[in-house]
Amino acid sequence: MDIQQAFKMSFKSLMASKLRSLLTMLGIIIGVAAVIAIMSIGQGLMNSVNEMFSSLGSNIIQVGLYVRGESNRTVTVDNMYDFVNENQELLCDLSPIVYIQGQVKCGNEVMERPSVSGVSEAYDSLQLLKLSQGRFLQYVDVARKEKVCVVGTYIVDNYLDGEGMGKIIKINGENFTVIGVMEQMGDNTERSEDNQIFIPYTNALQINGTNFVDSYGVNATSKENIAPARLAIEAFLEEKLSGDGFYYVQSLSEMLEEYNKMQNTIVTVLAAIAGISLLVGGIGIMNIMLVSVTERTREIGIRKSLGAKRRDIRLQFIIEAASTSAIGGVVGIVLGTVVGMAAGVLMNTTITPTLSPIILSFGISVGIGIIFGYLPANKAAKLNPIDALRYD
Amino acid sequence: MQEINNSPSDDVLIKLQDIYKIYHMGDSEVHALDGISLDIRRGEFVAIVGQSGSGKSTCMNIIGCLDVPTSGTYHLNGVDVSTMKDDEQAEIRNKMLGFIFQQYNLIPKLNLCENVELPLLYAGLSPAERQQRAMASLARVGLEDKAQNLPSQLSGGQQQRVSIARALAGNPPVILADEPTGALDSHTGREVLSFLQKLHKDGNTIVLITHDNSIARQAQRIVRLADGKIIYDGAADRPEAVVQPDEFSAMPITPAEEVQAG
Repeated sequence: MDIQQAFKMSFKSLMASKLRSLLTMLGIIIGVAAVIAIMSIGQGLMNSVNEMFSSLGSNIIQVGLYVRGESNRTVTVDNMYDFVNENQELLCDLSPIVYIQGQVKCGNEVMERPSVSGVSEAYDSLQLLKLSQGRFLQYVDVARKEKVCVVGTYIVDNYLDGEGMGKIIKINGENFTVIGVMEQMGDNTERSEDNQIFIPYTNALQINGTNFVDSYGVNATSKENIAPARLAIEAFLEEKLSGDGFYYVQSLSEMLEEYNKMQNTIVTVLAAIAGISLLVGGIGIMNIMLVSVTERTREIGIRKSLGAKRRDIRLQFIIEAASTSAIGGVVGIVLGTVVGMAAGVLMNTTITPTLSPIILSFGISVGIGIIFGYLPANKAAKLNPIDALRYD
Repeated sequence: MQEINNSPSDDVLIKLQDIYKIYHMGDSEVHALDGISLDIRRGEFVAIVGQSGSGKSTCMNIIGCLDVPTSGTYHLNGVDVSTMKDDEQAEIRNKMLGFIFQQYNLIPKLNLCENVELPLLYAGLSPAERQQRAMASLARVGLEDKAQNLPSQLSGGQQQRVSIARALAGNPPVILADEPTGALDSHTGREVLSFLQKLHKDGNTIVLITHDNSIARQAQRIVRLADGKIIYDGAADRPEAVVQPDEFSAMPITPAEEVQAG
């Protein structure tokens, strides 16, 4: 008997009792849909986090310092620059980061909570900033404390009438001239990265009335150098502060790796739990196939009397079980993908279905059909034709 | 499997030699067949007759390769089939035997053409050839225009004709009919019987199993079984063919005998 005919026959018997076939598939449908949905939601979350991190620059290392007021041990901006210059094979693009709390005005209009930071001329390559107009800060601006600034699109669109270049922004009473406008990075709202202003850090320190910088960003020269660079910075700070202060050195990509590892574990555990319902679905298929073999004993007897061999009968029932679970698997894949995408819309991330879990769960559901179909199929194949023909 | 040879029409197609079929019921043995020897030649129309319990069903199962004897040999077309395994028997059934059952035994969810195709399917024929031969077979029983119907849409007589078409589809040397008229009214029963006689005239070997003497008489030769033994084997038109020895004693006692007994 050829496979094509076996498929035709199994399709016929599935269609003969539609409700039962559907209920039999339900276990597989739910199991596959759950696995697919969980895996694609997990993938979507990971993608959105990775995207966020990569927009920050993936080789970046953040340094934070806290020094006790009375201590004479400290780390100055010059110390940091010297250190980076001595370690050029590991580090580049150092920028102090100085946050300013204060009033920002344009003319007489007060701006709503813009983020104002003092940075160095290296900050644009550190954070992968791109400008749509003008230029970023340069070394001379920082060294001469030029009163210049670079602004985001939200500020230009909302306060500067769409044309930022050359306009004056008042930060704590001091006038800064706009020399560059950044490309839009977020969704151009008040809470996004587009509501930012960058000024030379030297000016920022002056506004804050201090010369201590407690936050730096620096790039590792390559992905492989992130870990050694972090260790080198830690060693340097340990030596400089030696117990009189606290510091932290964080690499975003290392954090990202940790996060991905953790999330992978969670997703795998969840998917495995969902996979248990696949097993339950398989047992359901076996149960129904056993009932079906009993119900169709006479049919099996007829087929055997007409010359069907054991393997013909076995093939027929295994294909029937496998197509039941395969159809269930396909429905489950569609359902799981739809659920995953709907969750993506709710969570405001894009979830694109990936091929590997789809192929995997289709394969698993066909496999389950074959494994759990084998026992009933073998039972049918071994029926004695005389008894089977007399069965009512 | 051995090729079906084109031997002369009087050669032996079915040869049963000293066949025993013994069932064990607890400690006691039941001899369903008790040493049966029987030759059926190619082209014969034989009726195997007997009451229920006479062993005729067991005999049919063995001739039909659905069962194996406890002892004795069965040669079908010169091949010893009495010790064959399940799957080997299936192949013999497929190639050598066409079954006609009392209950038609059509598969309800398959249409007539698909039902008739079944033996050809298990013989490994291509879909096109299966369909062509199934349609030809349906045409022989006059049902080719209903090929796409389901069995439930047909009358009993028509269903039995479909099962005859199915038995003929693979062109097997032996047609084995088990109470083919048992579920039919007398009129359609006669139709089916005359169709079997027509097949016999066309040269088919037919073995008919029945408990009904009037049906058995339509055959050429009658083999009568009682208690697992052959008690008559001969032409169908002789009076002894239709009366069992027990039936003499079971007959109403004549007044003369009554007088003697008194």
